[in-house]
Order: sequence, then C-alpha cells, then structure tokens
Amino acid sequence: MTAGRHQLVVVGAGPAGMAAAALAARRGVKTLILDENPGPGGQVYRAAETAAAGAGVLGPEFERGKLLARDLRSSGADYLPGATVWRLGKTGDLATQDRLEVGYSAHGRARLIRAPHVLIATGALERPMPVPGWTLPGVMTVGAAQTLLKAEGMAFEGAVFAGLGPLLYLAAAQYVRAGVKPLAILDCTPAGNRLRALRHLSAAFDRLDLLRKGLGWLGEIRRAGVPIHRGVTAIQARGDSRLRSVTFARGRGRRTVLETEHLLLHQGVVPNTQLALAAGCAHRWDMSQLCWRPEVGDGLRTSVPGIRIAGDGGGIEGAEAAEHQGRLAALAVLADLGIISEGERNTLSGAHLRAVTAERRLRPFLETLYRPPDALRIPPDDDTVVCRCEEVTAGEVRRCVRLGCQGPNQLKAFCRAGMGPCQGRMCALTVSEIIARERETLVARVGFLRPRPPVKPVTLGELAAMEADG
Amino acid sequence: MLRRIAPQGGIAGVTLYFEGAAVTVPAGTTVAAALLQAGAASFRDTAVTGSPRGPYCMMGVCFDCLVEIDGQPNRQACLTVALNGMRVERQRGAALLDPKAGEGA
Repeated sequence: MTAGRHQLVVVGAGPAGMAAAALAARRGVKTLILDENPGPGGQVYRAAETAAAGAGVLGPEFERGKLLARDLRSSGADYLPGATVWRLGKTGDLATQDRLEVGYSAHGRARLIRAPHVLIATGALERPMPVPGWTLPGVMTVGAAQTLLKAEGMAFEGAVFAGLGPLLYLAAAQYVRAGVKPLAILDCTPAGNRLRALRHLSAAFDRLDLLRKGLGWLGEIRRAGVPIHRGVTAIQARGDSRLRSVTFARGRGRRTVLETEHLLLHQGVVPNTQLALAAGCAHRWDMSQLCWRPEVGDGLRTSVPGIRIAGDGGGIEGAEAAEHQGRLAALAVLADLGIISEGERNTLSGAHLRAVTAERRLRPFLETLYRPPDALRIPPDDDTVVCRCEEVTAGEVRRCVRLGCQGPNQLKAFCRAGMGPCQGRMCALTVSEIIARERETLVARVGFLRPRPPVKPVTLGELAAMEADG
Repeated sequence: MLRRIAPQGGIAGVTLYFEGAAVTVPAGTTVAAALLQAGAASFRDTAVTGSPRGPYCMMGVCFDCLVEIDGQPNRQACLTVALNGMRVERQRGAALLDPKAGEGA
C-alpha cells in the first residue's frame, strides 16, 4: 500500500466499486478500494480472477467480472482485499478537507483513515427467509451455494431449491450445467403476482433478452428432469443436529415430504445498508422492493456530504446498472476535485445515465412478479426464529409489541433482537415488518434498526494496536 | 454431500485440521468450504440455547460459521482462507475471554 492520504475510499469491490475505483484512479485520483473478500468481484462476480467453475457453468455474464477486475488491477488504485470496514462517519471537523473517517481491519490490524470522498459500494445481500427450521445446519441461501460453485467449484448433491426470484432459477440452471441435479425446485411465487406483473410487461419489452434468458434457465432445469413444484407454501426444514427433510404444501393439498440434507433458500436480494445507515445517510422504505434504500441524488450523492452510494447498495438495479452507477459516481468525484469541469462530467455521464435508465425498465415487472409473499417475510408461526444470533422468535417479537414496544431499537431492550454479531443484518427487515403488522401501521413509521459502530466485530486487541493517519 | 465439480488443476493443496482430522483442499479454499467438503454440517453451538449451526450466507453477513482457528475464537470461516497446519475447532457456546489471550495484543 502506498503511503499518504487517499482522495477517494471505495468500500466494496463488486461491479460498482471496481468500475468506480478504476475510472477515478485512471484520472489521477488517489484511490483506495477496501474489500472483505480474498479477491475482487463482489458476490455477483465472486472470485472473478480465480473462479473454479468455468463460463460453461456460470454463463457468459461472468466474463464481465474478469474484465472489471483486470481494469481495476491495472488502474493504479490501491486495492486492499481481506479488509473489513467497521466505521464510516464524519470527522466532526467540518473545516477540514478530509471530512470523513473510515475505520477498517485487515489481516489482524485496525486502521482509522480520513478522506474527502467515500463511495459505498457494498452491494446487496439476500433477503432473509425465516421459515421454521431455517437455522438448522444444512439450510443455506441460494447465494451461498452459488458462492461455493463460483469460488470453490463445489456443489451440493440432492439439494432442494426453495423460494422465488431470478437467482433461484439461475443457480439451479448452473447446478444442472455442472452435472449436479437438484432434487426439486419449490417455487413460492404467489399466483396473483403473475397477473399483477402482466401490466408491467410492456415496459419490460425493451429487455426481452433478459426475459428470454430467464425462460432459458427454466428450460434447462425442466429438460434435466428436475421437478418444479409451483404455488408452494408452508415450507418447513426438519432435522436434529442437521437438516434431514423439507416439508411443504401446495394450495390446500396435503403436505409433501422430501428427504434432503441441503435446503437452499432465496427470496430476492435487498440493499446492504448497514454502513450507510451507521454513517447517518437518509433512507426511506421502498414499498416496491420492500426494503430500506438510501436517498441518492445526482452524482450518487447521499444526504451526508462526501458519501456516495453506487450499485445495489443504493437500491436493487442489477450488476450492469451497478457498473454504470460506479462510473457516474467516479465522474462526480472528478468534478468535485476539479479534475474535470461540470460540463465534461455531464457529457461523460450521458451514456451511463441512459444505460441505468434502460436497466430500470425491467424492474417493476421483476419486483411485482417476485414480490415475496407476506408469509415468507412475516412468519405466521410464532415459533419461527427471526433473530438468528439471539434466537428470538416471531412470537416473542409480537409479545413485546403487545407489551408496548413501538419499534426495532426499543425492541433491543425488550428481547435483544438485533444485538448479536450480525447486528441485525439477518433480522432487521423481518423485525420492522412484524412490528408494523402488529401495530397496524406502516413500516416507514416503525423505522429501522440503527446499526452502531463498529458495524462489524473488531477485537479490542486490534483497536488497542490501532494506527491512525490523517 | 458437497461435490467438487471443477478439476483441481494440479494446484498445490493445503492441509488443515478440523477437530483433529486432516482435511486437504486446493490452495485458496475458504475454511468454511473445507469443512463442508469434509462433511461437517455443524460448525458451532449457539451461545443462547446451544443449538447447532452451520454456514448460512457464505458472504460474511450471518456470523453462523464462527469457529475457533489456532486458538482464536469467533473467526468467520467463510471469510478465512485455509492455510497449511491450521487447527480449526467447533465453537461451543459463547467464546470465553481467556485472560492470557489479550496479553500479546
């Protein structure tokens, strides 16, 4: 790592972060890009440089990640893998140029650095899918299975894929291509979603290629002879020290039991907002995506001066849009630093803005079709664990609301939900939605669980040995 | 069972020890993937009820893959790359604060 201060710190080396850091560094901005993973790519292009599975399994889109990683490596940006950011905030000294402070740990050492510009490119995480038994070993997310496939070239034999959303079918199709046949697909898309999605179909016609791709995945799964059960409800994971079986219902029919040691859950992705929330960036509840999303304006600015958010961390728009947003953010930083004029920024931004808008056309269709049903977001069964860390059930949260608890931050004092090491990443959305339902009010009124720094665990030893630079 | 579908490409393997048993994986494999390959489902017991847990997200978010590595508790197996000779143990309940552990920090 080169010494001296950085003008731009990028958090996350997925498509948005890689594109932004590369562009900024090429234009002479001293750029540092911090990422938790061992290599660049983020989750969508996980292990872009070293992927064990080839394009034959992962599909041609994965090649895009390799190009972005190569561009980042040759750009001159300082790239630090294995780095966990646990703090982002104002320095408190408004007069200084270095108005933001970033705390991170890498390889057992913590550091606190200052910079005038920070780009949050933390991407998305899978929406938790709290069904009975989802804490049993052997129950994982579809994204986790994809990570194992991309980075390690490994796949689970006889796995059941359950939930809804494009990633469910893509991952199952990738499994088929890899020669590892899933036991079954349990599709939880409510029938009503299909009808409601139809009216957004005309706007989606611009991206018929993507719709065709989705149908292609379904075809691959079907041709492989994998049973696809539609209209699935009431999924339960059962087992002892590990998962042994999955049960589900269809319509009013009897329950079906599938014996398996691997259940892969997925019901879409949501922005990873932890760092932005902790930094005090304004957020709003997105009624369509059913999640908190930061208020992001021109040049990907947030409500906190100097902090920008690009990619899925600012609202789910997909990997292609993320890349363009990353470049838009980098161009805005260049203009702020006086490296290019506002006029140049507008000219250079045009193509990226058009690309982002084009990507957006398909979203209303996808968001309506794959809107997770209430029962998968607000567990009807009181015994279902909601907060995995502190093992708080849906019934316990409802009991606390009846006792007078008004929101997720107060709930911490009632029952510790959201206070474990994951800091609410696995339960915050569920908790806010349960409280809103119980209070018969809007999620926006209930509010979000405020993450507190350090937003990721850091040891006292690391903090004590911390070096600060300015 | 977790099956390896891609050829290992002749890359040098690394051997770690999970609860004393040797597990050999290609260089660059995460500890979580190595343990899953060895057939482990449960990586730890929870601090609250002692129930078994294994990796859920594989991307550093859920903290359910916490293990003890070379005596250090609370390590995220999914974010840690396996190294030769690593000693990995299941984490049972809450990690204890060892008074000796902090001295060298």
